[in-house]
Amino acid sequence: MSQALNEIAELASLKLSQEITSFEILNGELIFHARRDAICKVLTFLRDDANCHFKVLVDVCGADYPNREERFDVVYNLLSMSHNLRARVKVTTDEDTPVPSVTGVFSSANWFERETWDLYGIYFNEHPDLRRIMTDYGFEGHPLRKDFPLTGYVELRYDDEQKRVVYEPVKLTQDFRSFDFLSPWEGLQGVLPGDEKAEGNA
Amino acid sequence: MGVDSKPGSQSLAPVPSGTDQDALLKAVTDEIQDRGFVVAQLDKVVNWARTGSLWPLTFGLACCAVEMMHAYMARYDLDRFGIVPRPSPRQSDVIIVAGTLTNKMAPAFRRVYDQMAEPRYVISMGSCANGGGYYHYSYSVVRGCDRVVPVDIYVPGCPPTAEALLYGILQLQKKIRRTGTLFR
Repeated sequence: MSQALNEIAELASLKLSQEITSFEILNGELIFHARRDAICKVLTFLRDDANCHFKVLVDVCGADYPNREERFDVVYNLLSMSHNLRARVKVTTDEDTPVPSVTGVFSSANWFERETWDLYGIYFNEHPDLRRIMTDYGFEGHPLRKDFPLTGYVELRYDDEQKRVVYEPVKLTQDFRSFDFLSPWEGLQGVLPGDEKAEGNA
Repeated sequence: MGVDSKPGSQSLAPVPSGTDQDALLKAVTDEIQDRGFVVAQLDKVVNWARTGSLWPLTFGLACCAVEMMHAYMARYDLDRFGIVPRPSPRQSDVIIVAGTLTNKMAPAFRRVYDQMAEPRYVISMGSCANGGGYYHYSYSVVRGCDRVVPVDIYVPGCPPTAEALLYGILQLQKKIRRTGTLFR
């Protein structure tokens, strides 16, 4: 498996030395890092080359690394049915830079790119129908970004006077709590009140 | 049953099977054979009819729906309570909110509820429908379906067992049976 992946990786990076910046095999999974503007060419090659035949685009997704210069990754997960292999292509982008749409190469990318746009706000150039797919109609923001608050900004209730569902700013009766689930015996680092006396005059 | 042989008694509970029930049924049968009609209290007959044919709208939103399906299946068999799932809100009396109610679904859910004919009842099934549950702090989930519609019965659990849902439905029947009015 790893041998076959290695051969494909070598071949692809040799044929597309300009477009594929690097590749790695992590935990037996092949990952290409490609240039953003060449993503269509890379995917077309991986789809059509007889040694690759990655004919199925299983998923397109995003990833957010807020500390990076170009904070977003767009990840293309590919499957080759004929060789029983999987590969992953990654490109980076930021909030403002569009990524070329690959709907011309894989038609399944249409909704995947809409989802990535919806949840991360990554813009895809020349997408035939780039609108939200998952979140509420009229939703504002991109919820999978790291800077999006868990609870969002609006909540909803039915208003008896207006006879419709209305949106209001979030008002939580109890704030979200993060439990550490540490045992009080193992996890407690500080000194319990009163214990400092015992330490001093033992 | 709405039939009341002894004019003074106001007991709402069904008569358990045994000699009492046999005597009551015999009295009713005799009366029908004797005079051709029986006298009963209208509100009790109405309540009997309502509890005996609670048609729920199939409104499965998430995994609770699977447990709701179990309740309809052979083991618990809601059909024997006259509970027949309906595909249309206009034919149903009760809506079982089985699952997570998201913000996107809420207007559609309210519309479906508005389309149901009176009297209508709501059973909120599972933690998510009761108060958001696991998704209480989510940006996209309604924190309890009682923010959108008035709820009659809350069934706790994640998901509640088919048995728990059945118990909730029986509680709703009890609630209907003790209402003395024809209109809600």
